[in-house]
Amino acid sequence: MRFPMKIVERLLEGVFKMSSSITSIVILLIIIFLFKEGFGLFRSPVVENGYGLYINSKNPIADINPTQIKQIFDGEIDNWKTIGGNEESIYLFRFDEIFSIYTDEELGENYQFLPQKLNNIIAENSNIIAFFPKKYMQEISSNTKEIATKNIEITDFVLGKEWLPTTTPSPLFGIVPLVLGTLLVSFLAILIALPLGLGVAIYLSEIASNRVRGIIRPAIELLAGIPSVVYGFFGLVIIVPIVQKVGNISAGETAFTGSLILAIMALPTIISISEDAIRNTPLALRESSYALGATQWQTIYKIVIPYASSGISAAIILGIGRAIGETMAVLMVTGNGAVIPHSIFESVRTIPATIAAELGEAPIGGTHYQALFLLGCVLFLFTLILSIVSELISKKQTSKTA
Amino acid sequence: MMIEAKNINFYYGNFHALKGINIAIPANTVTALIGPSGCGKSTFLRLFNRMNDTIQNTKLTGECLVNGQNIYDKTVQVDDLRKNVGMVFQKPNPFPKSIFENVAYGLKVNGISDKKYIAERVEQSLIAAALWNEVKDKLHQSAFALSGGQQQRLCIARALAISPSILLMDEPASALDPISTSKIEELIHELKEKYTIVIVTHNMQQAARVSNKTGFFMYGELIEYSDTKKMFLNPENIQTQNYITGRFG
Amino acid sequence: MIRSKNIQQKIAFHIFRLLSFGILGILVWILGFIIYNGIQVISWEFITSYPKEGMTEGGIFPAIIGTIYLVIGSMIFAVPLGIMSAIYISEYASNQKWVRFIRIMTNNLASIPSIVFGLFGMALFVHTFGFGDSILAGSLTLGILIIPIVIRTTEEALKAVPESYRLGSFALGATKLQTIKNVVFPIAFPNIMTGLILSVGRVSGETAPILFTVAAYFLPKLPQSIFDQAMALPYHLYVIATSGTDIEASKPIAYGTAFVLISIVLTINLLAGWIRRYFEKQNSI
Ligand SMILES: Nc1ncnc2c1ncn2[C@@H]1O[C@H](COP(=O)(O)OP(=O)(O)OP(=O)(O)O)[C@@H](O)[C@H]1O
Ligand SMILES: [Mg+2]
Repeated sequence: MRFPMKIVERLLEGVFKMSSSITSIVILLIIIFLFKEGFGLFRSPVVENGYGLYINSKNPIADINPTQIKQIFDGEIDNWKTIGGNEESIYLFRFDEIFSIYTDEELGENYQFLPQKLNNIIAENSNIIAFFPKKYMQEISSNTKEIATKNIEITDFVLGKEWLPTTTPSPLFGIVPLVLGTLLVSFLAILIALPLGLGVAIYLSEIASNRVRGIIRPAIELLAGIPSVVYGFFGLVIIVPIVQKVGNISAGETAFTGSLILAIMALPTIISISEDAIRNTPLALRESSYALGATQWQTIYKIVIPYASSGISAAIILGIGRAIGETMAVLMVTGNGAVIPHSIFESVRTIPATIAAELGEAPIGGTHYQALFLLGCVLFLFTLILSIVSELISKKQTSKTA
Repeated sequence: MMIEAKNINFYYGNFHALKGINIAIPANTVTALIGPSGCGKSTFLRLFNRMNDTIQNTKLTGECLVNGQNIYDKTVQVDDLRKNVGMVFQKPNPFPKSIFENVAYGLKVNGISDKKYIAERVEQSLIAAALWNEVKDKLHQSAFALSGGQQQRLCIARALAISPSILLMDEPASALDPISTSKIEELIHELKEKYTIVIVTHNMQQAARVSNKTGFFMYGELIEYSDTKKMFLNPENIQTQNYITGRFG
Repeated sequence: MIRSKNIQQKIAFHIFRLLSFGILGILVWILGFIIYNGIQVISWEFITSYPKEGMTEGGIFPAIIGTIYLVIGSMIFAVPLGIMSAIYISEYASNQKWVRFIRIMTNNLASIPSIVFGLFGMALFVHTFGFGDSILAGSLTLGILIIPIVIRTTEEALKAVPESYRLGSFALGATKLQTIKNVVFPIAFPNIMTGLILSVGRVSGETAPILFTVAAYFLPKLPQSIFDQAMALPYHLYVIATSGTDIEASKPIAYGTAFVLISIVLTINLLAGWIRRYFEKQNSI
């Protein structure tokens, strides 16, 4: 009778133990899948998949990078000399132009003459740069050479100043504008939320009567419970027009607008953690301060706040982490211009907003898709680091109290 | 009289913590308050720098006089009173600041900003607290780097810096080792010249060693108050006798 | 005598009071804006009918149903795992290093942005497991998102049960499992419930994790199986507020959707608070 009971106990303990590793397994899986998909980007060619860039073999240029490709195809660079070649204007040739030069007959019924014609065009023009599908360029004549055959490099991603994931021939996946946008919006949000949150935390823990506290605390809890998409909606309908009118700008969807909304969203975290930190200041320290003739306010800012500073820093870091990862609200109110921001009254695009806005349209497994997963990795690392730092800080606080 | 209590009653909510206390403490003496735990010694001590004001839901009747002035009078500013009545707590509790800043704190919060004067006062106070020689080379290090006994002397220096005339000490040596304790006792002996000291202690020998007068509290009442010598050799009250000889508490 | 330090204190405290009531004001503003505009749209029909005319008219029935499915799905997945995990940590685990490790992992998981869960869910459930955009994939993704909340609240609830109850039960010869089942769990139950209810609130409001795992722009009929896509309230609000066929015309629908969403979340919050207080009172008697 007792024997099977024991087995059940053992068995369940095993099950419990196994489930306790669920969070570790999930984190491991997240790392594996995010990085697996993301790092595929560095195994993809610079030029759009299935296409190649070809020049005349007399052209001394050996290779060009993605940014140069983009500038050439935008007409910003129109001379080979600019990128270290001969003094010769660049002759841009896109694949579809072939059909205005040769008739369908000349190209053959199944385009069987097309590869040869393409090679001819390249051979005849020493200053050409041609963007052709790879399948027509299987045999390259000695007059032709392919350039930009390298894979996308980490530096293109990490140091790239432009995020143009859908331009041809070579999309640009520079995360600098996105990182700057994310940091700008998040830090500004904390800058707004910190004094507010600290003030409220002081009020609640030091000044407010129990009755007032009983009203404001639940209100803050409610604020924390409102879904971010509702904040986004509120921001879009109410805050955006206000910013537009007050700032006298053409569009109210700016970094500043995003920061305002994020600040409101970060307040509950900052308030509750700071309040805990303030409350944990030993009574003896306060009383010693009062005993020396200090007022309550002097005691707060000279003794309590410094004492609680590590707890408050933990709150700040946690708040920044939340802000950096916040998606929907920011997506809805910042305008999402993927350029390096010059002022807080310009539109910006954050990393999470980029993922949310673009993943739906990115072809699965393509470079754009991979780049978005890589953004996910960056975001994951950001928040992981911040969470670890905040944990270390609050541990310092606990050891100080002990 | 430096300190006087006239028919004091004190309540924490409904709890009657001090019952009809009358006492008069002369200047430049050390008065020890003794009695079993929970009898109201700390409560009584804290009345004289109005520390109980910070506790909610309390009630006080009777008069507390310092230098003949009722300190609960509306015209009295609490911070003026506290500048005049310093306090040292049971556990050493330096602020999380440097040694220098700890001592300078009381001056700064009271609006003094003259750097030279502050530096002078810090030095004088540390000398008076018999700590100067030990810390003069590390004034700008954290106060937490000091030993427990040094920290407590720092807290005394901190209290002396704002030049009080009265020092209230609530079991100032109970958290310290014997050597640190005797240093504090020596210090009290010296400070008596300039300050009026009221000290709460659980240590009967300590009370006998350092004080001129002793008050014995029980259940919120002041049972006996007289010269320390008389109290320990020939107490009037049987309860006092029992307590002192260890038959009670 | 009036002192500058007292004036300073007065000013500072006034500012703090103002800030605190300002926050109250912000809450009232947001709720007021949504309730005021939403209440004019809301009706029985709005709740029970399908969207019409490119979502500029009609109701939000499929979005409500979709959100309910997602809540149920994610809870089925997260609650048993989370509770068992917490029971192990607080009742069984003797290896403190392992406990610390789990706790760090749980905290880290909680700090990961929800959009990253969306990416992960898409890569693992939608593509690798081949569930496609489906209620299953979405529920699993959301479930992972709330596991840390379930673990943490359950752990706290268990920890709040005094050790003496356990010892008393052991003294009567009960086994560990019996003690947990008959003594610890019943006492901790209200607090665990509160945590679960709060995670329901979280699930019903999340948008980013469902963007690429389940959410559909518009579906003419309700999902028939766990492998179907579903509409959901938060995603619906996002879509009609930012990229509907006619944003101005669908604004009332957006207000209505926001109203329903907020009502659910508020109800859940109030319910959680009420349950906590109710049981606190009962326990204190
Ligand atoms: N803040 C407070 N609120 C309610 N009751 C209190 C408070 N502080 C003290 N008391 C009560 O008042 C009585 C006297 O306390 P007090 O601290 O003055 O005693 P004490 O003589 O200093 O004791 P000890 O020797 O243990 O320090 C005690 O019964 C205590 O429980
Ligand atoms: Mg005491």
